[in-house]
Amino acid sequence: MNNRINQLFETKKEPILSVYFTAGFPELNDTFAIIKELENSGVDLIEIGIPFSDPTADGPTIQKSSEIALKNGMSLNLLFEQLKTIRETIKIPLILMGYFNPVYQFGVEKFCKKCAEIGIDGAILPDLPLDEFKAEYKAVFDANNLHNILLITPQTPEARIREIDAASEGFIYMVSSSSTTGAGKKVEDFQQDYFERIKQMNLRNNCIIGFGISDRATFSNACKYAAGAIIGSAFVKALTNDGSLKETIAAFIQSIKTEE
Amino acid sequence: MYKLSMRVTWVKNYNFDLCVYLSELQYFKSNNIRMKFQVNEKGYYGDFGGAWIPEMMYTNIEELKRRYLEIIESVEFKNEFEQLLKDYVGRPSPLYFAARLSEHYGSKIFLKREDLNHTGSHKLNNTIGQILLAQKLGKTRIIAETGAGQHGVATATVCALKGIKCVVYMGALDVSRQAPNVKKMKMLGADVVPVHSGNKTLKDATNEAMRDWINNPEDTHYIIGSVVGPHPYPDMVARFQSVISAEMKKQLRAQTGNELPTRILACVGGGSNAAGAFYHFLDDEKVELIGVEAAGKGVDTGETAATLTVGTPGVLHASKTMLMQNSDGQITEPYSISAGLDYPGIGPLHAHLHKTGRAKYLAATDEEVLKSVLLLTQKEGIIPALESAHALAALDKIKMNPDDVNVINLSGSGNKDMETYLNYFGY
Repeated sequence: MNNRINQLFETKKEPILSVYFTAGFPELNDTFAIIKELENSGVDLIEIGIPFSDPTADGPTIQKSSEIALKNGMSLNLLFEQLKTIRETIKIPLILMGYFNPVYQFGVEKFCKKCAEIGIDGAILPDLPLDEFKAEYKAVFDANNLHNILLITPQTPEARIREIDAASEGFIYMVSSSSTTGAGKKVEDFQQDYFERIKQMNLRNNCIIGFGISDRATFSNACKYAAGAIIGSAFVKALTNDGSLKETIAAFIQSIKTEE
Repeated sequence: MYKLSMRVTWVKNYNFDLCVYLSELQYFKSNNIRMKFQVNEKGYYGDFGGAWIPEMMYTNIEELKRRYLEIIESVEFKNEFEQLLKDYVGRPSPLYFAARLSEHYGSKIFLKREDLNHTGSHKLNNTIGQILLAQKLGKTRIIAETGAGQHGVATATVCALKGIKCVVYMGALDVSRQAPNVKKMKMLGADVVPVHSGNKTLKDATNEAMRDWINNPEDTHYIIGSVVGPHPYPDMVARFQSVISAEMKKQLRAQTGNELPTRILACVGGGSNAAGAFYHFLDDEKVELIGVEAAGKGVDTGETAATLTVGTPGVLHASKTMLMQNSDGQITEPYSISAGLDYPGIGPLHAHLHKTGRAKYLAATDEEVLKSVLLLTQKEGIIPALESAHALAALDKIKMNPDDVNVINLSGSGNKDMETYLNYFGY
């Protein structure tokens, strides 16, 4: 069984641009339009955020967007409903990202099956720890060809990185610095020795760098050390700019992809 | 052998007592006798607990997990901890026979006077333990969350005591309704950071403290104020608070001739004072354990904090436990007149005691609680904290015989609640 995430890494030679947005923000029914425009703008991979009332790993921007999305009425049930026919139009890999509790209440097995049915390629659940995942859920993720994307940080010990690499499918989410999302630490300040160290480890999975990637400069710097990078908070913030969603997204992605 | 050493314990002084007790724990461990209500190696009490942390917290939690038992069971740590509990906190706290309250209810009622501790509540037992632990771990900065401000004050106090930098996160709503405690923390040298997300109360303050820890993974220790959060916090905090029940046993023996009471009652938000009051009685199944949650305006009104009554299993603040949530897994906002019980979760130990039936959990409404505040004040001359008065209110809900020995854990003083009391009672 092949998965769109693996296909992307096998075929794409340039750095991979991944973008996160919170489903249900700014408006409840923007989900499809945002995904469509991101694909049109040349984004390689999309992370669709499932909003949660208590996003402890996120900074103010994603907290705020989650709060508004929930107020707008977003839920995991509704999100699956909105994504039901997404594969009629969208070709690029899609990942659902969120906290464990909404998935747990939905039912983890039901969640994995629903993802397979719709054509979701991966999930990122930061507060589902490695040992719980391996003991309880890896089998059901694998059975549905759904990749659980795991995180590493500058503090993760080498032996654990190896363990995470062994349990990972798709790619490893490399958290750039010790921070919540959108913390505003510049990529220039990142521990380059950490990036180098990971690169030297020759992991079986590709790494994509996330947290603190906000513009062209931070994106291209991160891509020197990894297969690609993820932009989250900066994009979510841009969605509140004046102008149509379509123009805003096109302009934002162009600003990342265009050489200065 | 076990019985014999317990008997020796009672005639020794307090300091020695705890050492003997801890060596008994060691005895249990080394002989592989498992106590039934302890966490397993993964940090679970039955189905509840664990460490549901994002990878960003892994190194800190792993360090704590690896080192907390070795540190808190060392002779050096125990000596320092016991000395401070005695000379600084003012322990042991009295076990007071409340004669007029007993007469009122027609049953013997004892009050474990945690309200008489320095800073006015049981909270200091835990913060003393954790500040010593933080020092041993080489941490130079402390963070904490607080609701009513009692844990914040207890944390700011031990940070002043040890000269360590302290940041306390507090919901913006709580900052405005608990102004005296905010000023106390500032006077003690702490930075108080108001949290404006969510409902601006305890849950949101906890979220923000966790974010701070993610952003400061190297120099900071997070002093969680209750038996909640990822393993090893629930076990660690319960151990620090277990001094309450260790003393109770000794005091009951001296005052009633029997170290086992009929029942123990304690209020439960996250559940740290109840965990401490139950701890050494958990395996004495004859002792009835009653936790009392905050019903707020009533468990059916939607304005409640009675997690075990209205909650379902889920994962919040890195622990699998009972939670107040909707069917989508979004956490719902709790309500209680008492800011200290205003939390949508509960410690995993209590979720387990509830599920197994080892402890019973009741809920008391704001109105019932205020009645109990006035009753204790006028029968015994003791003004209790709103939180503690939940345990008192349960006396109206249970059947007691004249010879029963009932122990109420009076977890805190009512000084912090005077404004609420004056407004409500109209003095």
